[in-house]
Amino acid sequence: MIKILIPTPLRPFTDKLDTVEVSGATVGELLQNLTTMHPGLKQHLYAADGKLRSFVNVYVNDDDIRYLQKHETPVKDGDTLSIIPSVAGGARP
Amino acid sequence: MSGELPELSGDEIKRYSRHLIMPEVGVEGQRKLKAAKVLCIGAGGLGSPAAMYLAAAGVGTLGIVDFDVVDFSNLQRQLLHGTPDVGRPKLDSAKDRLNALNPNVHIETYNAALSSENAMQLFAPYDVILDGTDNFPTRYLVNDACVLSGKPNAYGSIFRFEGQASVFATKDGPCYRCLYPEPPPPGLVPSCAEGGVFGVLPGIIGVIQATETIKLILGIGEPLIGRFMIYDALRMRFRELRLRKDADCPVCGTHPTVTKLIDYEQFCGVAPHQVEAAKPMTTSIDALTATDLKAELDRGEQLVVLDVREPQEYQINKIPGSILIPLGDLPKRYVELDPNARIVSQCKSGMRSAKAQDFLRSKGFTSVRNLTGGILGWIDQVDPSQPKY
Ligand SMILES: [Zn+2]
Repeated sequence: MIKILIPTPLRPFTDKLDTVEVSGATVGELLQNLTTMHPGLKQHLYAADGKLRSFVNVYVNDDDIRYLQKHETPVKDGDTLSIIPSVAGGARP
Repeated sequence: MSGELPELSGDEIKRYSRHLIMPEVGVEGQRKLKAAKVLCIGAGGLGSPAAMYLAAAGVGTLGIVDFDVVDFSNLQRQLLHGTPDVGRPKLDSAKDRLNALNPNVHIETYNAALSSENAMQLFAPYDVILDGTDNFPTRYLVNDACVLSGKPNAYGSIFRFEGQASVFATKDGPCYRCLYPEPPPPGLVPSCAEGGVFGVLPGIIGVIQATETIKLILGIGEPLIGRFMIYDALRMRFRELRLRKDADCPVCGTHPTVTKLIDYEQFCGVAPHQVEAAKPMTTSIDALTATDLKAELDRGEQLVVLDVREPQEYQINKIPGSILIPLGDLPKRYVELDPNARIVSQCKSGMRSAKAQDFLRSKGFTSVRNLTGGILGWIDQVDPSQPKY
């Protein structure tokens, strides 16, 4: 099982969980399984064309999958997957 | 920074003695700080601790860009502003606070919304830009202007219990667009106003930004370049992610497509009027001066002067015959007003009343004008016998 860290803005779509354990051999499989368990996440992670949204980055441990093998990046037990979306500070009142 | 470093006065040597006795700073480092110019974008949650520590540390010139007015809801985290500052422009309270902290620091204030038109010129005299902005259009604007002008960007962002920080746009380092090429569409990511923010969180992140700024000025340590710091206050955990400069980055890559500042509201999918609404209106159907208002009242025109300040401000001074509904109460009390009345919206200086104007229009009010300069304009132009605050 691989630990996926869920950022605050996406926790409403994971029953408020900040960590979800998922199985899979690649990043693509993990995210597929994650969005199957929590379908509400899908539209926040993926655009209509199936690509990861450009304001969402995914890291295996401390490395960005864009510089690894993207969705084909292999993962092994003990790895941590982080989803890091861009966040805006306090909007003007 | 170039040329001769300024000398430290006797007072400054006393004040900065805890810096001077450390070899990493020393007299030369303190003189570098005195020579340095840092521009803070925003005097809010992040800008407050950052500017206070930079001023205390002896950064010689601090610029602040902001056009907002202090609101009660700011006080939970924006330490530049105190309770008596509610209703004042943030720049005024920031300047008072920073001058009191360290009168040796030269404070430059810019009462403006940062825009594609003014950013390059505003950035020009500064060495480091500290991004304390709260919205995506300004963040991309700050990033691009930093890359285009070759100024490092000490970046921070906060949401609820989580914060992010990095240093962007150094010569060989990545920029914000290397990290996030595009902003989220409006509405998909909640803002702090909807999501809330843990009051102490900007203290941590803003001080990280100030720390990195000072390190850049002194040229010491390992800067937060190519590293993305994520802080979770609830778990009290810092994580560090690796950031790379993207060769295909549209602004700092090898074949940039953004070579000058663009329209960032459009880029972020925000309708320009949503941003414009925060600024005082200037055209005649939108606004009028105190002199105009006095003339209309003297002619006996049927107007409703709506004062949207807080009750305690209304006790200090008012336009005769005006009615008071504080801006924060307007969403539940606007029904007390006739939507077809000719309304003149008024506050202290014209910011809050512009928001009230926008709100009432969104509720179908047909004639709402904003009083330019607010009660202060009224006192200046019409009734100097009333006190100002
Ligand atoms: Zn870049």
